[in-house]
Amino acid sequence: MATDNKTADTDQLQEFRDNRDLKLQDKKNENLTTLNLGPTHPATHGIFQNILQMDGEVIMDAVPTIGYIHRAFEKIAERRPFYQITPLTDRMNYCSSPINNMGYHMTVEKLLGIEIPKRAQYIRVIMMELARISDHLICNSILGVDSGAFTGFLYVMQEREHIYDIYEEVCGARLTTNMGRIGGMERDLSPKALHLIGEFLKRFPKVWAEFEKMLTRNRIFIDRTVGVGAISAERALNYGFTGPNLRAAGVDYDVRVMNPYSSYEDFEFEIPVGEKGDTYDRFLVRNEEVWQSLKIIEQAYKNLPEGSYHADAPHYYLPPKQEVYTSMEALIYHFKIVMGEIDAPKGEVYHSVEGGNGELGFYLISDGGRTPYRLHFRRPCFIYYQAYTEMIKGGQLADAILTLSSLNVIAGELDA
Amino acid sequence: MQIKTQNFRNMSDTNKDINMVEAPEGHSGAGFFATSFEKVIGLARANSLWPLPFATSCCGIEFMATMGSTYDISRFGSERPSFSPRQADILLVMGTIAKKMGPVVKQVYEQMAEPRWVVAVGACATSGGIFDSYSVLQGIDRVVPVDVYVPGCPPRPEQILDGLMRVQDLAKNESLRRRHSPEYQALLASYNIK
Amino acid sequence: MELTNENVLGKLIAQFGEENIVDAYNPDGIMTFTTNRENIIALIQYLYDDKDLQVQFLTTMAGIHFPDHKGREMCMMYQLHSLRHNFRLRIKVFVPAEDPVLPTLTNIYATANWMEREAYDFYGFIFTGHPNLIRILNIEEMEYHPMLKQYPLEDQTREDKIDTYFGR
Repeated sequence: MATDNKTADTDQLQEFRDNRDLKLQDKKNENLTTLNLGPTHPATHGIFQNILQMDGEVIMDAVPTIGYIHRAFEKIAERRPFYQITPLTDRMNYCSSPINNMGYHMTVEKLLGIEIPKRAQYIRVIMMELARISDHLICNSILGVDSGAFTGFLYVMQEREHIYDIYEEVCGARLTTNMGRIGGMERDLSPKALHLIGEFLKRFPKVWAEFEKMLTRNRIFIDRTVGVGAISAERALNYGFTGPNLRAAGVDYDVRVMNPYSSYEDFEFEIPVGEKGDTYDRFLVRNEEVWQSLKIIEQAYKNLPEGSYHADAPHYYLPPKQEVYTSMEALIYHFKIVMGEIDAPKGEVYHSVEGGNGELGFYLISDGGRTPYRLHFRRPCFIYYQAYTEMIKGGQLADAILTLSSLNVIAGELDA
Repeated sequence: MQIKTQNFRNMSDTNKDINMVEAPEGHSGAGFFATSFEKVIGLARANSLWPLPFATSCCGIEFMATMGSTYDISRFGSERPSFSPRQADILLVMGTIAKKMGPVVKQVYEQMAEPRWVVAVGACATSGGIFDSYSVLQGIDRVVPVDVYVPGCPPRPEQILDGLMRVQDLAKNESLRRRHSPEYQALLASYNIK
Repeated sequence: MELTNENVLGKLIAQFGEENIVDAYNPDGIMTFTTNRENIIALIQYLYDDKDLQVQFLTTMAGIHFPDHKGREMCMMYQLHSLRHNFRLRIKVFVPAEDPVLPTLTNIYATANWMEREAYDFYGFIFTGHPNLIRILNIEEMEYHPMLKQYPLEDQTREDKIDTYFGR
């Protein structure tokens, strides 16, 4: 690592770390308790195992083990036609499935060179931002549960049900949405869906303001979270942090702004940035992002353009059902697409979207066949969870739990 | 033996909707009510089943919704999710169980006290679901005996509640001696559980 | 300095020589080129340290298996990002299947630790100098590297699947 990039602050931090490491070395010979946290532990919200070396209440060392729900997404993706991979992406970050679905669709569209109409792009933005809200909502309310505030969780879970109602109206599913298709959405927003989104925009700000009021200035919550699990911006970048966790450390990197996709450049919104990168900052950044997402949804909802909800790409986009029954051409395309016999052009693309937890990237190599030759998912959780050991060392056990829930590590995305 | 709640609890409106369970069949006369022990215990068990949410992935998020205020699993007597296997009655396995996780499921099952029921929630726990891959256990019935399978990927909260109600039926109608029967012992032995 | 694919490539070729930076192409707007395992760490360190480039973010690493390319079957892809200039680039290193050894990147990027463990788990890459090169997602007892193309996806121990159900 280049030393000239370091500021005085990080020097201090490094000094602190060195001292702590020395202390840890001294402690090696003394009696430490070994504590096995996980893989099934009520406080970990998922399947993570950490074998901790404890000196009383203080964590001296942690050895994380992952892979308890490894499902071989990347291998399965090599055997499935392109459109059958969308259901796999659902199950990665299942708290915000639409972002995964649409990120994948956009990757394939980039490979195929399909231009998506504005209306479809705006619908995508609405759905993706709703997904971001539901993701942050779970993370922040669970953070409340872990610090002893169950009320907020029960309260905002009701709102999440309303988001699920919108999903259901748009695509028919609640959680693993499989929303949209390669080339756009599978159907236009129905009047009922539009009505539900409008209602949500009216009702949700009040709920979220109340939730914020409950925790942001809560003395107990502040005591539990300020300074807990902090990471400096430099270390966070070195560990490949992205998304809210990186922004909490003070780096304003957001894929939506840096490399806009799906018409994000049309919307006015701000990037909240934290300062210390601790649990409290992560909480605040997520809170503020929910407000910004609401702002984006509102703009997209008000300015929803007229036009088609899918691209004009008959080779890749399923024809309407009535045409399948009446026209030969549509029948052939329908058959070829459903049987997965559509060959994609040769190519190599990387596309990333701002997922619930950071830069969700898809690296796709096509050799001209019906399936990808290689599909690699850049899963933000997998990348930043390795910093967890460093973040909890020297802290207390109860703080480690809060750090984990504020990082919002989703087991499905972690293990792929 | 239905207790009329309205009669003495009409102070608060919310209590109007409370339903008490039906009393089991039995003989009643002046000052006594006689029924079999089995039925009374079954009734008590069925209405206070403590679930152990063994949530690994997506279905766990749906269980969160089931636990939340909209669907409210506590209405069925499962108010307290017991994260300790020793105090739990039902093992709710929700989500994909990878081969690495299989031994953990078995160990948790072994730690539970009799009577214990297992619900495989969702396609992954039932059969491996869409993940027919080298790393995924193709259904938890390969490591522990399962009582109720809930289909869906993931199942809706209503389906999870339905699965819970099927376990209630089992608990209500189960003979007290079932757990000592040679068939049950043979079943456990076939899974190599002592 | 405005970073473009051409001037960055020119700079790298000037620094490392034409024989070490080969096969440069641009599949999706991201400049991609191939180098060798002797130069990969020096190259990434140079990109990190250079004042004009400041490529200081490792986006991802992915192994790829090309069984048909004799002598260069295994490919490791490094994708880097300069957050300062919003410039991405992709570097590939090819190694033969019988000798999939690469130097570790963990001394520059802490995040490379698990990425390399994943590449070892999936493809059997050996990273020299890695602090803890063990399997990460699969069980320790696994005897093969499952992402290699010759291994099947499906669970081989399953006996309830009959081929006729699947039209095979």
